Amino acid sequence: MIRYVIRRLFSTVIVMAVVAFVVFTLLYLTPGDPAAVIAGDIATDADIKRIHTQLGLDEPFLVRFGRWTWGLAHGDLGTSIFTNLPVTHLIAQRIEPTVSLTVLTLIVAIAVAVPLGVVAAARAGTWLDRGVMALSVLGFSVPVFVLAYILILTFSVQLDWLPVQGYRSIRDGVWEWLRHLILPSLALGTVYVALITRITRASMLDVLAQDYVRTAQAKGLAPREVLIGHALKNAAIPVMTIIGIGVALLISGAIVTETVFALPGIGRLTVDAILRRDYPIIQGVTLLFSAVYVLVNLAVDLSYALFDPRIRY
Amino acid sequence: MATALPAAAIPAAKSMSPMRRRFRDAFRRHPMALVGGVILLAMALVAILAPWLGTVDPEAVSPIRRLKPPSAAYWFGTDMLGRDVYSRVVYGARVSLIVGLAVALLSTLLGVVIGLVTGYIRALDAVVMRVMDGLMSIPSVLLAIALMALTKASVGNVIVAITLAEVPRVVRLVRGLVLTLREQTYVEAAIAAGTTLPRILARHILPNIVAPLLVQGTYVCGSAMITEAILSFIGAGTPPNIPSWGNIMAEGRSLFQIAGNLILFPGICLSLTVLAVNLLGDGMRDALDPRLARRM
Repeated sequence: MIRYVIRRLFSTVIVMAVVAFVVFTLLYLTPGDPAAVIAGDIATDADIKRIHTQLGLDEPFLVRFGRWTWGLAHGDLGTSIFTNLPVTHLIAQRIEPTVSLTVLTLIVAIAVAVPLGVVAAARAGTWLDRGVMALSVLGFSVPVFVLAYILILTFSVQLDWLPVQGYRSIRDGVWEWLRHLILPSLALGTVYVALITRITRASMLDVLAQDYVRTAQAKGLAPREVLIGHALKNAAIPVMTIIGIGVALLISGAIVTETVFALPGIGRLTVDAILRRDYPIIQGVTLLFSAVYVLVNLAVDLSYALFDPRIRY
Repeated sequence: MATALPAAAIPAAKSMSPMRRRFRDAFRRHPMALVGGVILLAMALVAILAPWLGTVDPEAVSPIRRLKPPSAAYWFGTDMLGRDVYSRVVYGARVSLIVGLAVALLSTLLGVVIGLVTGYIRALDAVVMRVMDGLMSIPSVLLAIALMALTKASVGNVIVAITLAEVPRVVRLVRGLVLTLREQTYVEAAIAAGTTLPRILARHILPNIVAPLLVQGTYVCGSAMITEAILSFIGAGTPPNIPSWGNIMAEGRSLFQIAGNLILFPGICLSLTVLAVNLLGDGMRDALDPRLARRM
């Protein structure tokens, strides 16, 4: 168990190192000279050369990579070219809407998808099952921003029930905060629900065919108890795995969702950075989101080891 | 693949090959796959025949006719520069289909080459797979955005960026398959008989990974179309003058409350096309992997 945890932590470090290397290489290949940008319009060649030396831009690739990693370890993601502010500072300013959106979506999606998958598996082959599966294929196919606009046009423009765009901080009242996140979460969560429903159903079908489920039914347990207590518990691992892997979908989707709903989050920061070619922000966000993804999946893997007594490493 | 053996071992009734029969049976069980195929074929025809489908120049600007609602003259209305949205959407099918197809082909090709090499050369395996793990940890849309930020906007660059983001998943699939296949007795027999490595790869390994690759390729195609639209939508994709579905929607972004048609028509076309690809993928998985089909 301890050995497994150590091994898993070690592989996480390696993966993060690869991610850092890829992101740094992208930074290294970035067109344009940051020194010239910092020096400004009236700088002489000598000025630019001096800044080059100051920033260590004329040093070899690996030395710069080492220096950059050292900065990372101290929480330095670089400086935005456009605003001249530290990237960490800009991200910290924008983190609340993104965390609100993704965490809310995650919770709602799991709460919807797992029961749907369980019911579809329990009623496999019926119209209910087919309906759920059809919705799942549809959920995979409608891109998040198309769905977002359909939701806005229906619930905000036509019915006028919910705000069209914008964000309210949770400190200004939970209801206002929630009202502004309902449509974004619905739009963002649909793909995720489709994915989790599908895997839950598949995993449940596997488990429902096992002998111990038949035993449980034969000894007269209520169908609900068999389904939840015996089947779902044992079907949980693939579901947990896909919840972890699916976080990548949430992150990619959040960038688009924030753009459509004008949420001032990290996704919006990224899109603005693309338009201004503010590379340090793009790379900082890439690194941050990849780290979140890796850590979530690490937590999922470790939770098996903790919660599933059958797993011995 | 072990599951492919029993079906292949049964002598083919009449003249139909077992593979074709399996496809036919799957389509029968999965009528929606047929629907997907028909929609996709229709979209391909629309893309190819775009100039003859009552379209005008999709880039022709006409300020006096801007932001017209859908009508008999302008089926999908006009945008803020007075361009005909119907023509733009029809031509937009070309971009989506080209990107989807090109990414599916390229990432499969690259994935097979890297996957075969890593699956066979132990020394490389550890290194390459750690790199792939790292690449897979960067959400694919973000990796594509970061790559697009380095180069200038063009359809070719979009294809390269999305391909690089999709390759690790194909590599992982191929490597996994190769690792199980190389332990099969018929491969051992081939080695014992002195068959050369290239021949083993071509005769024994490749034919057995075609089926899962075909299924994976379909899903890559669908996801690439969505990624292209996302990239264009947030301004990191195909150049704005090229009518792609993502671009048309990006232009409609600030106007969607008064001109929803700018978003809805390309959005529906994109969703329909991706849906068709996914339905086809599900049907193929049924046809080619009966074991998985029952579960999903």
